[in-house]
Amino acid sequence: MLVIEDVHTHYGKIEALHGVSVEVNRGEIVSLIGANGAGKTTLLMTVCGNPQASSGRILLDGRDITHLPTPEIMRSDIAIAPEGRRVFPGLTVAENLQMGGFFNTKAEVRASQAHVYELFPRLKERENQRAGTMSGGEQQMLAIGRALMSKPRLIILDEPSLGLAPLIIKQIFEIIGKLREEGITVFLVEQNAHQALKLADRGYVLETGRIRLQDTGANLLANPDVQNAYLGG
Amino acid sequence: MLDSYFLQQLINGLTIGSAYALIAIGYTMVYGIIGMINFAHGEIYMIGAYTSLIVISGLAALGIAWLPVVLIVALLGAVIVSSSMGWAVERVAYRPVRGRHRLIPLISAIGMSIFLQNYVHLAQGSRNMGFPTLMEGGFTFGDAGSFQTSLSYIQITIFVITLICMAALSVFIARSKTGRACRAVSQDLGMSSLLGINTNRIIATTFVIGAALAAVAGLLLGMYYGSIDPLFGFIAGLKAFTAAVLGGIGSIPGAMLGGLILGVSESMTSGYLSGEYKDVVSFGLLILILLFKPTGLLGKPEVEKI
Repeated sequence: MLVIEDVHTHYGKIEALHGVSVEVNRGEIVSLIGANGAGKTTLLMTVCGNPQASSGRILLDGRDITHLPTPEIMRSDIAIAPEGRRVFPGLTVAENLQMGGFFNTKAEVRASQAHVYELFPRLKERENQRAGTMSGGEQQMLAIGRALMSKPRLIILDEPSLGLAPLIIKQIFEIIGKLREEGITVFLVEQNAHQALKLADRGYVLETGRIRLQDTGANLLANPDVQNAYLGG
Repeated sequence: MLDSYFLQQLINGLTIGSAYALIAIGYTMVYGIIGMINFAHGEIYMIGAYTSLIVISGLAALGIAWLPVVLIVALLGAVIVSSSMGWAVERVAYRPVRGRHRLIPLISAIGMSIFLQNYVHLAQGSRNMGFPTLMEGGFTFGDAGSFQTSLSYIQITIFVITLICMAALSVFIARSKTGRACRAVSQDLGMSSLLGINTNRIIATTFVIGAALAAVAGLLLGMYYGSIDPLFGFIAGLKAFTAAVLGGIGSIPGAMLGGLILGVSESMTSGYLSGEYKDVVSFGLLILILLFKPTGLLGKPEVEKI
């Protein structure tokens, strides 16, 4: 579904990704783990075209999207819940969701909205509240819900567990599992390596802009190097 | 205390103030969405005034003098020309330098302002031109013999049209899909483009809306003052900018409130002190606000909840 081939990305003159190749197949949950500054968010944002890759190719369903402008990429079958959640603080929960389904018809938006409320009943309760006044966990639910509004086939989640209470993290990971059951492909970036790998079909380990390891989620969990570096021994 | 002289100053102040508010909305919307001050906005307003004068003269030459038709056609003409101008200015002078250092679009805006002013100088001449009042008379209150308060038809027209414009804008921003996108883009431009939204188009839309409102103000104040010249936009632009900052730049209700406060304070100063001091008072007010409430009356300090 998503193929990243030998991608290099620069911020100005500094190269942040030194030739990264990642593949996400239809229906899979693929987790990308790595330390702070390894380039995880850069890789996701390169997929979204901001910044654009300086070399290499990114294919979505076989279509080359490497040099498309961000809005055009995001209007295809792909959606993101970005790092830091980035809900629109002054818009209500309902309005945030409607922004996620901007290019869908009114009926589709209504249906997707009902579906999101089913996944996150909490958002239904807060429907008319401004997003900026909600807790971090609620904002994360909203960010994921907003990404689901455009009915994407591939959803990218950038550190959805960051800064949340363990109970909320558990809920979020349950929802991610549910998304797979619905047939949505998930590309997940996490520092919470244990949870991310447990859930994942396959995983990649990114270190200073290069892929160090790739394997099934279970094998990576059992890998002593991964255990030492990312799972606290 | 509500004597007729005071009432008169209040009416005059609200008249000017509501026009300032219309212009101020353009500053505040553009600032809210891309964080730049569009210094050519006063010129867009001036061009609106010139266009409506040309349309009114043209209609008069054709022998059309029925007021509602003249008013509506002049409004339409001014709005169309100014909006296209607002769109073109953004496309030509601001979009290519967007994302650079803050000073660069600012300089570009000042350049655009000088260019437009001089263009109108060349095209229309630098002398001031009489602007037909279109409607004479009005209501007067109070006993004959003492000071009488008057409320002219022009003032009523200004109130009514301004009110309609502001109500329409508020509904558009609060309810429509594009209005929602305008708010989203002003809160997080990058995230909006991650949702597939063509942010360039939304930015262009705010320029067009701001320019349209300025054009309406151009026609209204042209009629009110009875004459226009190519520098007509300069002082009004400065005042409207002050109004936007006063109310809290980036906030649309703030621009409306700021305009009204500025207009009333100016006319009170002219009425009770001297017309010479009115600019001193408006800009003094600006300094006070910046000292004690830098975000303006209705502006929100940037608070983020993590």
